Amino acid sequence: MAEVPTYRTPEVITPTREFLDKMEEMWSDPPGIIGWLSTVDHKKIGRRYLVTAFLFLFVGGLEALIMRLQLAQPNEHMVGPHLYNQLFSMHGTTMIFLYALPILSGFSNFIWPLILGTRDMAFPRLNMFTYWTFLLAGAFMYIGFPTGQGTDVGWFNYVPLAGSAYNPGPGVDIFALGMIFLGISTTAGAINFIATMFRTRAPGMSISRVPIMIWGTLTANVGILFAVPAVSLDFFLLWLDRRFGTDFFNVSGGGHPLLWQHLFWIFGHPWVYAIVLPAMSIVSQCLPVHCRRPLVANSAVILATILTMVLGFGVWVHHMFATGLPVIAMGFFSAASFIIVIPSAVSVFAWVATIWTGRPVFTTAFKFFAAEIVLFVIGGVSGFMTAAVPLDWQLTDTYFVVAHIHYVLIGINVFPVIGGIYHWFPKFAGKMLNEKLGWWNFWLMFIGFNVGFFPMHISGLLGMPRRVYTYPAGLGWGDLNLVTTIGAFIFALGVLVFLVNVVMTLLRGKQAPANPWDADTLEWTTSSPPPHYNFGVIPHVGSLHPLWEDRLEQSDGRTVLHEGLKLDEEHEIPGTTILDAEADVILKMPGKSFAPLIMALLISGVFIGMLLEWWWISGAAMCAMFPALLYWFWPSAEVGRSPRESRA
Amino acid sequence: MKRRRLPIVLSFAAVLFLPGAAWADLPMTYLITNGSAANPLAHLGWGLMGLSVFVIVFIALAVLIGIWRGRRSWPMDAAGRPKLLPGVNAAPFVVIGVCVSIVLLFGSAVWTFFTLAHVSQPPKDPAITLDVTAHQWWWEVEYKHYGQKLRTFVTANEIHVPVGEPVRVRLIGTDVIHSFWAPELFGKMDVIPGQTNITWFEAGKAGVYRGQCTEFCGLQHAHMAFHIVAQPPAKFHQWWTHQLADAKQPVSPQAQHGERVFLHHCAICHTVRGAGSPDIVAMGKLGPDLTHLMSRHWLGAGTVPNTTGYLAAWVENAQSIKPGIAMPTMDLTNRQLLDVVAYLQTLN
Repeated sequence: MAEVPTYRTPEVITPTREFLDKMEEMWSDPPGIIGWLSTVDHKKIGRRYLVTAFLFLFVGGLEALIMRLQLAQPNEHMVGPHLYNQLFSMHGTTMIFLYALPILSGFSNFIWPLILGTRDMAFPRLNMFTYWTFLLAGAFMYIGFPTGQGTDVGWFNYVPLAGSAYNPGPGVDIFALGMIFLGISTTAGAINFIATMFRTRAPGMSISRVPIMIWGTLTANVGILFAVPAVSLDFFLLWLDRRFGTDFFNVSGGGHPLLWQHLFWIFGHPWVYAIVLPAMSIVSQCLPVHCRRPLVANSAVILATILTMVLGFGVWVHHMFATGLPVIAMGFFSAASFIIVIPSAVSVFAWVATIWTGRPVFTTAFKFFAAEIVLFVIGGVSGFMTAAVPLDWQLTDTYFVVAHIHYVLIGINVFPVIGGIYHWFPKFAGKMLNEKLGWWNFWLMFIGFNVGFFPMHISGLLGMPRRVYTYPAGLGWGDLNLVTTIGAFIFALGVLVFLVNVVMTLLRGKQAPANPWDADTLEWTTSSPPPHYNFGVIPHVGSLHPLWEDRLEQSDGRTVLHEGLKLDEEHEIPGTTILDAEADVILKMPGKSFAPLIMALLISGVFIGMLLEWWWISGAAMCAMFPALLYWFWPSAEVGRSPRESRA
Repeated sequence: MKRRRLPIVLSFAAVLFLPGAAWADLPMTYLITNGSAANPLAHLGWGLMGLSVFVIVFIALAVLIGIWRGRRSWPMDAAGRPKLLPGVNAAPFVVIGVCVSIVLLFGSAVWTFFTLAHVSQPPKDPAITLDVTAHQWWWEVEYKHYGQKLRTFVTANEIHVPVGEPVRVRLIGTDVIHSFWAPELFGKMDVIPGQTNITWFEAGKAGVYRGQCTEFCGLQHAHMAFHIVAQPPAKFHQWWTHQLADAKQPVSPQAQHGERVFLHHCAICHTVRGAGSPDIVAMGKLGPDLTHLMSRHWLGAGTVPNTTGYLAAWVENAQSIKPGIAMPTMDLTNRQLLDVVAYLQTLN
């Protein structure tokens, strides 16, 4: 075992019952509302992310169903254009920003410390802060909608339509400020994930032994750090244009509307990868478990994941092929968009090969993951078609692209997420989701999804534009839209069955064993659900598949679970080196704190003041942040007792 | 297993066979086209779509067969768990798959670039230049050059062109971003304030082609269509000459009264060349030019057909047909309404 150069070298012990009881006492939160509001437990934060993101999915889904009723037949009058435009704008905003990434943050928050063999994220209070800001930003973005003042210019929010001349109401201001607000949460979360990955892995988990799920989320979060500033700036400039009459996007003042689009898509395309790469890595992590073998070409898939993100920063113009850019420039971005198919192909072939050379177990989780492969390919090839510039001049802004984005976001995000919840529910809640209901859940979702969304390709090929609240008869779109509406409702029924399954399981589900799937990674060494402290003693990792290494016989390394570092003086975890994961410091982790909640509320105050133009509110909230930050960072008796310790 | 395959098979059947031969009658499809700016795009579309369907079928079958293979008997380990299968090295499978993908991608990219180069310029210098200005939510069309002649006139929402002649379109943005698109004739080009985009098209055969705005442009984005009428050159020339002429003076007393109503209520927004007297003219620029209104087949940018009933309804209360547009609900008596409609119907 590696040497731990701190002022004290922790003993290596085999934990006793008394020791674990002491740990449980030390790591658990106080009961009641105090504990609920002040907790920094990554498992609770992860569950809150999952539940909140699902609520947003539910709301966004209801918005979609209303739209589908309106579009079921030509010339319908169920909702007028004013409401319809708000519905599609809020639907897109909700699903892309308030569901798709937060749900993955939920998985990562819950699973990361467990799969990395540690006890918490690198910055527990920052972690709690990201949840509160996400929740408050999400609520902020919804304050206009119930009163008919939701944003109605789409999630892409193009100027000049989103400018004050054509959209004087508060809807766009709410959206713009909400996006900047949410960006704080996303950025802080990304920093936390990156630090967690590089500094808090269990000793012995060298860079080649990091589970693939970590790589997907890590890659996405590095991308987020570079992408989110562009969109925050974009919305900030828009807000200045709208409220202070600046001319960043106004032609009359020397600005240009395409500046908006460039900044938006420089963010927007990497964001697509940010919300699919972690979900793909869930598949890469879990599918092999249900196929009874390690993932084929594990390293290649990791490299492909990273390559996808890197290339993802060089393809944004393919959202703008119809804006009249020079042909040479479009050729470059077209080529880059074609190339991005290659890393995707690596993942697909690796998954298929894993199924071929494994023995699939037909669990519900497996069905969702296997379905994801096919849906990913359908969404991938339709994306490949839109990468061809001249063809994109026809495809863009038709329902073909609507079909594409839903195959990507539902196929590669929702399906792995539901599969992942079946897979990890024993850890989330200590129970096994019902497989019979799972069968209904999967088939309703899979059939409903394809019945609903595949015909959108055809209505797109027949020329139906996006974002129309109604359409005339006689263009061949009516029957296809009816089928789409029916499919959408079947899909919604499938999601409902999932919710029923979750609720029934929570009420009277079967208690789950520690490792029901016989999976390979460290989270399955803990009980279901895991104890507050995760690991009584910190494991020492010897291979990529700690629980399979005896049977795989691929490497000599052996993971040590029954004994490990005794870190029991308040909240302690080992800090490890970036590449080799040698323990080099004891990290003193903070415990419960109200500071994250207070900071998030103060930031809400700043944004509410900006929205209402009651500057004194913003000013007061900003001033109050100084004492709040002092409170946050105030040295406590438990944290940072020696210079060596506080170094990290 | 069988249940699993069914929806996929049905979906493929749908895309391949369901619309089938009927596609020729669908006015907005771009898979069957009629112009030299759109035909290469359709070919590329069919090609890449064929490749895409092949890839989907191949991977779907691979997944299904993989699952089916896995149904063979299960070895259990000593602990009664499904045995792990560590041994098989399947990485070469991935390498082969990726290599084949690269070859297919390279071919697709080359085809794309040739198509791009081919359609980026018209085959010959266009004889006709149009200025199309996009408004919320209609299209203003100004004819500029026609052959050697530079004689301009303005119309709206209906574009006539001669068959077999390339037409250059300059796209002028005034308010928000729109996108100009008639799928059977050409791919989209955005209309963006602050820059003039230029595109071109050429109708291969006579007919009426439907087009529509495809960049979300606000409340009535759904009702921002236009039509392109491709005619034999002689008929086009006749139309062009007719459009150049001013409106004829109304003859019947009813229409003459209607003209006076028009001049007082409508002329602030609409132009009718030749209407009125030197004291009062119809030169409004906010709404469509109505000089030859009755030569057009649609009202409100393709929203309703140009029939007497719809025309009267439009004049009286356009907001009920297309809520949110700039045209206000007109406060006219019944008599005034009937007269102004009678006048408008003389504008052939």
